[in-house]
Formats: sequence, structure tokens, C-alpha cells
Amino acid sequence: MAHHASGTHAHALAHGDGHDGHHDLEELRKFGFWIFLITDCILFAALFAVYIVLHGSTAGGPGPKEIFEMPGVIVETFILLTSSFTSGLAVLAMNAGSRKGLIGWLIVTILLGASFIGLEVTEFVKLVHEGHTISTSAFLSGFFTLVGTHGLHVSLGICWITAVIIQLARHGITPVTKRKVQITSLYWHFLDAVWIFVFTIVYLMGVM
Amino acid sequence: MLDKIKDFASWFFVTGDPLIYGADIAIALTTLAIIFVLTYFKKWTWLYREWLTTVDHKRVGIMYIIASLLMLFRGGVDALLMRTQLAFPDMKFLSPEHYNEVFTTHGVIMILFMAMPLMFGLFNIAVPLQLGARDVAFPFLNSLSFWLFFMGAMLFNMSFVIGGSADSGWLAYPPLSEMTGSPGVGQDFYIWGIQISGIGSLMTGINFIVTIVKMRAPGMTWSKVPMFTWSVLSSCVTIIVAFPVLTVTLALLFLDRYLGAHFFTMDGGGNAMMYINLIWMWGHPEVYIVVLPAFGIFSEIVATFSKKRLFGYASMVFAMMSISVMSYFTWLHHFFTMGSGANVNIFFAITTMIIAIPTGVKIFNWLFTMYRGRINFSTPMLWTIAFIPCFVVGGMTGVMLSVAPADFQFHNSYFLIAHFHQVLIGGVAFGYFAGLYYWWPKMFGFKLNEKLGKWAFWIWNIGFYVCFMPQYFVGLDGMTRRVSTYSWDTGWWAMNFTSTIGGFLMGLGFLFQVWQIAHSIKFMEKDTTGDPWNGRTLEWSIPSPAPLYNFATTPMVTERDDWWEEKERIAAGQAPKAKPALEPIHMPKNSAIPFIQSVCWFMVGFGLVFHWLWIAIPGFIGVFATMLAHSFNYKSDYYIQVDEIERTEAAARRTV
Repeated sequence: MAHHASGTHAHALAHGDGHDGHHDLEELRKFGFWIFLITDCILFAALFAVYIVLHGSTAGGPGPKEIFEMPGVIVETFILLTSSFTSGLAVLAMNAGSRKGLIGWLIVTILLGASFIGLEVTEFVKLVHEGHTISTSAFLSGFFTLVGTHGLHVSLGICWITAVIIQLARHGITPVTKRKVQITSLYWHFLDAVWIFVFTIVYLMGVM
Repeated sequence: MLDKIKDFASWFFVTGDPLIYGADIAIALTTLAIIFVLTYFKKWTWLYREWLTTVDHKRVGIMYIIASLLMLFRGGVDALLMRTQLAFPDMKFLSPEHYNEVFTTHGVIMILFMAMPLMFGLFNIAVPLQLGARDVAFPFLNSLSFWLFFMGAMLFNMSFVIGGSADSGWLAYPPLSEMTGSPGVGQDFYIWGIQISGIGSLMTGINFIVTIVKMRAPGMTWSKVPMFTWSVLSSCVTIIVAFPVLTVTLALLFLDRYLGAHFFTMDGGGNAMMYINLIWMWGHPEVYIVVLPAFGIFSEIVATFSKKRLFGYASMVFAMMSISVMSYFTWLHHFFTMGSGANVNIFFAITTMIIAIPTGVKIFNWLFTMYRGRINFSTPMLWTIAFIPCFVVGGMTGVMLSVAPADFQFHNSYFLIAHFHQVLIGGVAFGYFAGLYYWWPKMFGFKLNEKLGKWAFWIWNIGFYVCFMPQYFVGLDGMTRRVSTYSWDTGWWAMNFTSTIGGFLMGLGFLFQVWQIAHSIKFMEKDTTGDPWNGRTLEWSIPSPAPLYNFATTPMVTERDDWWEEKERIAAGQAPKAKPALEPIHMPKNSAIPFIQSVCWFMVGFGLVFHWLWIAIPGFIGVFATMLAHSFNYKSDYYIQVDEIERTEAAARRTV
């Protein structure tokens, strides 16, 4: 936060006044993104509620205890938590003015994100091969939809950060790219927070 | 080969009903006429440059309004078809299946494709101007919101001639809306039409919250924000909380239908009741979403036309904000009779009654504003005055419905139909009409004809009461909703017939409004002042129609109702506020991406409706590609230079 504030201040000083059009626009966009995150929170809250209502409705099919394999899920969790940390390091590198460090840490972040998605897809494929699909029971419908929606968000985040990396390579660290890095990083941390709920409510409470 | 094509056509197009063939011909002729006119008068580039790619909030607003008035026509025709079918017992005008489709589309269109866009149109026209802003916070997103709404609405409307419409009611309760109950494509048209336009609504909610929080003119503290803008803020707060729930609900229904999931099915452990909870968690706040801006409009109009400051500003704001929060604790009153248990019913009965209190506070504030005011009975004020008794009666029948034990009698009867039409027509439609008349000169630079407007007003109002008062009684007499016919021995004929007459009177009122607009375009009385109503807020301080950049210099706000106080000061002989020197104005560039992206969304929706991935997948790729194209575009703005501003202002015959 301190970094952010001093960065904004330095930027305002560099332009000589606080009325620079671009500067105001970047602030607006950050604020708009926070409000978007509220809506995304509610979207996930609804999906969690649906899952909680349906998690016992296995309709004679397998329940959480039979199908969840915790070692894989714990590895996934560590990978995603680490990627949140590296995305934080990327922002620190950006605030220090290092484009190389920034791009490097962003690449590490998306690689970790991609391995998370890889593991999740492996889990899904395995379940489907064993005959546990979205149409097996209400519990599995809820499971695939909730976890899959999170996975889709992560995949989208990977594409988005890739686009930002290309723009950083082209334009360097400008007020516009800086805002884009800050927003994608915020998004990435948000997905991490959602995963902690998925891990707790779906997996931990499922196998306990 | 020919047989195959014939088979496909009879499956793909809706056939068999002469009404539908008539509509097919009408649609084809209208489309040809539009293409001919655009080509003959060489207007294609004009259409593209000035409208399809515009990011100007005023033009986006006008497009919303035009689209919603067309939808009002469509939804109104649906209503008249239903009223015709019910005019006499044992009528054979619409088959029961067709009747089901008609009431479903009537509900969906009126709420989602008429009320919502008319509301967004008025947001777009008035909010930035009231704030003293140059545009909304995200003009590109604003244009995208409009086009998503438009494509969603077109997708939904298409089902009427292609594939067949949804017939499971405006909220599509499962299991009726599942594959087992609705095997055709109508339900999928419903899902994708609403989903695509719903994403647009959500983005509009975000856009206007940021606009209002961050883009107020210097000096406009929260206690100086105009009341309409406050109402938009409260409505948008409700939108961002409610619409994600709708997105989820529709997505889950789609997964049930498309992938065989079991969220709401009767087998596989699904829970149909969960759908009803989810849809009303969006659905009940939705009615407050559409009515809150109407409250804002009434507040502006009452103050302007009584030439008095609005009574109880702070209590008005507090009332709106508490309504937007409380609206989340009322959803269950929609299914008191479905066995939730006495304690749950009590909780929601009480919350539903409590929400009437802030609404009552507002009614008293409007009445006290009028008290001892010099009231000017122009059309916007007439609609406002007519709203008050209508809404009070509608509100009281609402409180009657909120009494859980009594609801077991009223539930699903025509009493309910009469109640919600009274609050939605009396509150929302009257409010938006008032707003449309009020801001019309700001949009187009001329006032609408008052005489025809008064005719329309009286016909509408008389028609309204003739239509809906009998429905309360026929409801108490046992007539349930969604019935497509009844027999003579029920004794419901006289009341239904009266109601039908009222319905057609409202249709006539609408025709008068169309005539009024057409007449005013031809014989308009040009508004040269920019302030035809002697207004109070900032939008009236600039020329009509507002120039592209709205305000040549950013206004400095010192008072609530700043423009009115400024006029008073000038009248008292004081010097007007000093204005800063002109500077180049930073503006967003037009963009074709919102339109193209929305067309891609349309392809996605259409492809998924028919399970044709060869259309849906290119659509998805297009959506993704246009998002990237926008992200990589760094040249999205430009400056209007001082000499151009001077020319524009001089042309509007006003000194800066």
C-alpha cells in the first residue's frame, strides 16, 4: 500500500498537477475493477451455496469421500498459493522499476497457474473415466460447476497476464501497463482466496 | 433434397398459425424497408459512424430508449392478444400452448427488454449531465453494455418466428423449464437472450457506480448530489448484488439442459426449489432496481414543477438506500405457499411489510414538496401526480399479499396480477414516461406536444384503472393466473370483458404517444434556452441538445440544486459564477469493437440454442479476439481543441 501511494504521488508530481486525464482514468479503472470483484464474489457465493445444498445429494452415486484424492489437491493448493506470492514479487519488481524482474516473475506466475490447471484437468479427466460425470448426480453437478468455474477464471487469468506481458515488452512500465499489472495481480490474489474456500468447503469438509 | 429442406424449414421456422405468418411478412417487409431507406438515402456510413460505433453516453441513451419503445410495442401486443383471448368465455383465439408462449414473452419483454433498457436510457441521458461530467466512467464498456442488451433482446425475440418461444412463465420454473418439460429450443432462447443482456446490465451497474462515486463535478459533495443520481446509485448497488445470482441461475439451468446436470431436475438428486430461491433472490431485488430510478425521476420533477426545494432530502436518500438493502430480505414472499415453514414465512412477511415504510416516507416527501408550491401541470408533472394514488393502492394490496396466511387465498390469482401491474405500471412505466417527457428536450432540442401528451395521459390512466381494478375482484372470485380460457358458469365474463376494454384503452394511449412523437418531430417547438422547464440541476445549464463534450468548462458546484440557485443569484442582480478559460477536452474515440463483440455473443447464444457448435465456437473465438484487440489498443482517445469548442458553443447561441 505504501509503495502504491508513493508511486501515485511521484506520478502526479511528474505531471505537475493532479488533473492529468490519463492518471485519473487509471484510478477510475482500478476502482471499477474492485466493484467487478464484488460481483464475482457474489457469483462464487451463489455457486458455493448451490454446492452446499447439493453436496449430500449423491443419488446412489459416489460421495466426496470416495472420489477426492487429497495428495493431488494439496499439491494444487501449494502451487496456486506460490503463484500468488510470485505475482506479488512481480508487483514489487515493477515498483522498483525493473521491467526484466517484472516480466520474469509474471512468467513464473503463469507457469505455476498452468500447472495448477494441468493438475485440475487431470483430476477431472480421471473422474470422468471412472464414470463420475456432471450428469451422475446433483453432488457431482455442483462439484464440477464450482471447481470448473474457478478453473475457467484461472485459465482466463493466464491468457490475460500473457497479454499484459506482451504489452510490457512493447511499451515498458507506463501508467497504463502499471494499472494492468496491478489489476491482473489483484484478480490473481482474488482467485487464490476463492480457492482457499474451495479447498476448505469442497475438499477438506468433503473428506472429513 | 427438396423434402429435406422442407423438413428443416418446418422444424426451424414456427409454422401453422396465421398470426405468425402475418408477423413473418411484417418482419420481412420492415427489414426490406429499412435496408432500402438506408441505401437510397446513402445512410449506411452515417449509421456506422454516428450510432453503431458511438461511445457517447447521450447517443447510447437514445438507442436504449428507441429499442425499449419497440419492445413496449411488442410486449403490449402480447398483452392485447391475451386480453382478447380472455374477453369472452370459451374463446378460440389463441390455443393454450400459444397463450403460454404469449404470457411468457410478455413478462420477459416488459421487465427485461422494456423496463431495464428504458431505465438505462434515462441513466445515460441524465446522470453524466447531472454530475457535470463529460461522459460515464467507461464509455467503451457503456457501448458494449448497450449492444449486449440489444443482441440478447433480438435473440429472445427471434424465438417468436424461429424455433418457437419459451412457454414456462417469465421466471422459467423447473421442472417445467427442464428438458423433460420443455424439450424445444424456446427455453434455450430464453436462457441465452437473458444471459447475454444480463451481462450488459451488470456492466452498466458497475459503470454508473464508478461514474457517480468518482466523476462528480468539483464541490458536489454527497449532500449536493441530485436525487435522480442518488436513485441511480441505489439501483446500481442492487444490480451488482442481484445480477450475478441471475447469471449463475441461468447458467445452471443451461447445464441441466445441455449437459444433463442435475441441479434442478426431479431425478439425480436435483432440487427444483433451489431454482425458485435463486431466481427470486435476483427477481425480487429486480423490481426495486426498476422502481428506484422512477422514484428519483419523481423527486426531480416534483421539485422542478412545484418550484420548491425537495422536501426531506436526507430522508429521501436514506429511504432509497434502505430499500436497496432490504430488497434482499423479501424474496421468499413469492412462495409463502410452498411449505417453507411458519417461522420462515413470518420472517419474510415482516421484512416485506417493513419495506413499505421507507416507500411511505417518500410519498409524504413528494406531497410536502407540492404543498404550497406553484405547481405547473405539464405532462411530466401529470404522470407524477397520477403515480401517487396508483402506487399507494398498489402498495397497500402488496402489504395485503405480504400477510402470509392471507396469501394462501390470493396466491397465483388475478389479485396478484392486478397488484404487480399497479406497482410496475403505476410506479415504473409512469415514472419512465415522466422522465422521458422531462428529458426529451435535453435529448433532441425540442419539447413534445403537450396537447397530444395530455390526451395520451388521460387515455392511459383511464385505461389503466378500467383494466386492472376488475382483476382484483375476479382474483378474489377465484380466477387464477395463466389460465387461457374459462367457462360461462364461472361468472367471470363481465369483469374480464371490462378489463379487456381497459387493456385496449392503454394501447390507444400508446398510439397517442406515438402520434405525439411523430407530430412533435414535424411541428416541433425548438428549445433555444436549454432550460425549458426552468430546471434546478446542472443538465439544464447547458444547450439542448447537449454538445458532444457536455460542459465546455467543468462546473463548480456550491449548492444543492446549483443551477436554480445560480439563476436566483443572477435574478437578484449578482454576477454569475466566474468560469475558467476553455481548455482542450479529452474525449474517447468511437469503437466498432462493442458491436462486433456483441454480434459474436449473439453467435454464441444462437449456436448453443440449436446445439450448433459450428456457429458457437467461432462466436467464442470472436469474443475472445475482440477482447484482446481492445486490450492492445492504446489509441482510444483524442482531444477536442479550443477553437472547435468555441464554434460549437457559438452555434448553440450561448456565451461561455
